[in-house]
Amino acid sequence: MASPSPAGGPAVRLPLAGVRVVDMTLVWAGPSATMFLADWGADVLKVESTQHFQTATRGNVARPSKEEVIALRSWRHAYPNDEPGERPWNRFSLFQNHSRNKRSFTVDLRRPEGMEVLESVLRVSDVLIENNVPETAEGLGVTYEWARSIRPDIVMVQMPAYGLEGEYKNYRSYGSHVEAVSGHTYIRGYPDLDMSSKDEVLFADASGGLVAAFAAVSALHRRRSTGEGAHVELSLVENMIPNLGEAIMDYTMNRRVQDTLGNRDPYRTPQGCYPCRGDDRWITISVGGEAEWRRFARAIGRAVLLDDPRFRTILARRRNHDALDEIIAGWTARRDPNEAMERLQRAGVTAGAVISDADAYRDPHLEARRFFQTITQADIGAYPYPGIMWRASATPNSIRQPPIRLGEHNGYVYRELLGVTGETYDRLEREGHIGEDYAAHIK
Amino acid sequence: MTALLAGLRVLDLTHHVAGPLAAKLLADYGADVIKVERPWGGDPARTRGPFQGDLPHPERSGLFLHLNTSKRGITLNLRHETGRAIFRELAAGADAVIESFRPGTMDRLGIGYEALSALQPRLVLTSISNFGQDGPYRDFRAGEITEYAMGGPMFATGYPGREPMKLGGSVVQSHAGQAAALATVIALFGVDDAGRGDHLDVSIMETQAAGQDRRATMLIAYQFIGHVNGRARRPGALGGGVRPCADGYFSVAAQAHWFPIVMDMVGHPELAEDPRFATVEARNRVEAAEELEPYILPWWMERGMRDIWREAQSRKLLSGPVYSSRDTIEDPYFRQRRYWETISHSATGSIEYPGRPFRVHTMDRQPRRAAPTLGQHNEEVLCGELGFSRRDLGRLRAAGVI
Repeated sequence: MASPSPAGGPAVRLPLAGVRVVDMTLVWAGPSATMFLADWGADVLKVESTQHFQTATRGNVARPSKEEVIALRSWRHAYPNDEPGERPWNRFSLFQNHSRNKRSFTVDLRRPEGMEVLESVLRVSDVLIENNVPETAEGLGVTYEWARSIRPDIVMVQMPAYGLEGEYKNYRSYGSHVEAVSGHTYIRGYPDLDMSSKDEVLFADASGGLVAAFAAVSALHRRRSTGEGAHVELSLVENMIPNLGEAIMDYTMNRRVQDTLGNRDPYRTPQGCYPCRGDDRWITISVGGEAEWRRFARAIGRAVLLDDPRFRTILARRRNHDALDEIIAGWTARRDPNEAMERLQRAGVTAGAVISDADAYRDPHLEARRFFQTITQADIGAYPYPGIMWRASATPNSIRQPPIRLGEHNGYVYRELLGVTGETYDRLEREGHIGEDYAAHIK
Repeated sequence: MTALLAGLRVLDLTHHVAGPLAAKLLADYGADVIKVERPWGGDPARTRGPFQGDLPHPERSGLFLHLNTSKRGITLNLRHETGRAIFRELAAGADAVIESFRPGTMDRLGIGYEALSALQPRLVLTSISNFGQDGPYRDFRAGEITEYAMGGPMFATGYPGREPMKLGGSVVQSHAGQAAALATVIALFGVDDAGRGDHLDVSIMETQAAGQDRRATMLIAYQFIGHVNGRARRPGALGGGVRPCADGYFSVAAQAHWFPIVMDMVGHPELAEDPRFATVEARNRVEAAEELEPYILPWWMERGMRDIWREAQSRKLLSGPVYSSRDTIEDPYFRQRRYWETISHSATGSIEYPGRPFRVHTMDRQPRRAAPTLGQHNEEVLCGELGFSRRDLGRLRAAGVI
């Protein structure tokens, strides 16, 4: 697969061109893993079914009413202009986020004929990724032994929340529970509030998606040199734990259970999030070391702090962090966050405005780097989307294909890839394997 | 069987968290990673705790030890012409270089992408920086909290009416490191076909803005419905949320259609039919959360988190306990899976480390090498691979090169 050159010149070959991925992922961590592979040129074939609806992937339900759309209106449950539209499953915010550059085909795997289709696709593929609850995958017969019997050098990546065997094997979990079990939830949030104040963070999904894609590509490296496939098991909790190195190592070395520090840092003082002029406007400031502290005190016009015994050493500043925070907030509260950020940065002080979703689209830096990209998807029209996560100077890259509609590439997969045509194609369509709409019985 | 990335040679010029974690991922899965540190003090992460016994020591930082497993380490003064010459020689034989200097530093030192690719056209250079190699914020200072504020969903993290809240530890840096590791193996995979390497620009701000912890979806949703996502949480809505229990806290997912299951579990199946909660809209009222607590909380408070977990999972409810580091480390499931790895190091003795993020079943797990002490492999690399003599090493040391 090639990326159009921005200058209109010859297309650039993407590094994963020629790699085909069977994508049996759902919800978030799995689909984001395959998105990264699709972004860089892999032919990612998303296996979907018109006969079964997986909640939280293409919507909470397939056909929400307008009232339900409005009642559940939130970032994870957003439909353009609050309209479910004719095919709501092609308009769901969470799915739009991770389904660009892929292809969608439909097949009902709960019928033997459906599994035969999947096997034919697998036979001409390099990677299989799935993040179902293990018993669900096994119930379908989707195991490494099965995959290897079809395609001996397959790279199969499974992403269970906990693991493929043992007591927690089939424990159901969202990213927020992976966060909780890995210990992340415990060490973040407001020090003055208890655990029930913790809101939902889905960092473990983000991390799991990146590392699962890393595992797949790394296994392809070895396959290229040895001819061997691989069976990769990425437990989302086990992947999350290494992100918490400080807390984990403090326990294994010192038997100390770390608690949340809120917005503070053990080595950088002062550090915090301070109110700015306007409604719900904030800036973060993080001062490390004596030189930066001196620059900071001068930048906020309070050089007098440098001689104040409460703040003379880093230990004193840490002891009197609350008092220092009040002084800082007095300075920030009179300023716009961007203005304060510019001023502090010019003085050599680490500061960053807290950028809301609306601010991000106006951010001069993201704009200068052309981070957002406007994409037209037939069922929702044109919208700007966050772009590719990193750049490669010799391989200019961009979003090439809009978020996939259900069954959009049935023609490609069945006709071109598998050579299924004529009466057989029509029959598979009649029997509910091939389609672009969920079956009528699905609400 | 060979490790996934066996045969790849990577030079790690990075420091702190993001870059070292990227190179660690490559090293833990078999790449030959040589960490190049400055001779004076090395990676500043060596000065960050936690320290074993709480005594600051450059070889006993838990953070550094964790982020640099499986690597070899040398010291090189890149401000010194001889140091740069040695680096160029190493780069000529490397597949990838990962660096996290301020943008422009590598070029100023004469070891930027153009210079290195002239020596090794198939080289992949991965540059990790706060804001990328260009753009108006390029030279801004940043760290964990500011990156999350500017790139990530910090505005929407925390409690309504309170200040936006960062995540725990240094996870934003860690995530950027995982992105950089992925970027590196993808680019390396394309080298054969392209016949040349590439220069990767990993902006930590953009790893957040394109990040899959809510932010990218929030940015899309904002365009769809014009709603700015704030810290607008409804505690306990739909029967979900984090609640105290007998020995800690337990979290269960909120979803309108699972509401009857949660209510049945806590012994109040009648609430699913109660007119106050009979429809999705009714369950989703802001006041519904408070109205439901008296029915749910007592059941929680009478049980321990592991018991609630078993019960909730038997009903297939997405849920889990809020574990401390001790709970996670002591949990029998991950012990049975032999997740934790004990690694011996000359300055600390044997310590238990987080295991590898994924396992490859078709091959044996090789034990990992401990993080290098400062300059530990100077002789092995410089004498063993570049042909310096031990006397040369003495001279290089005296000249401040290593």
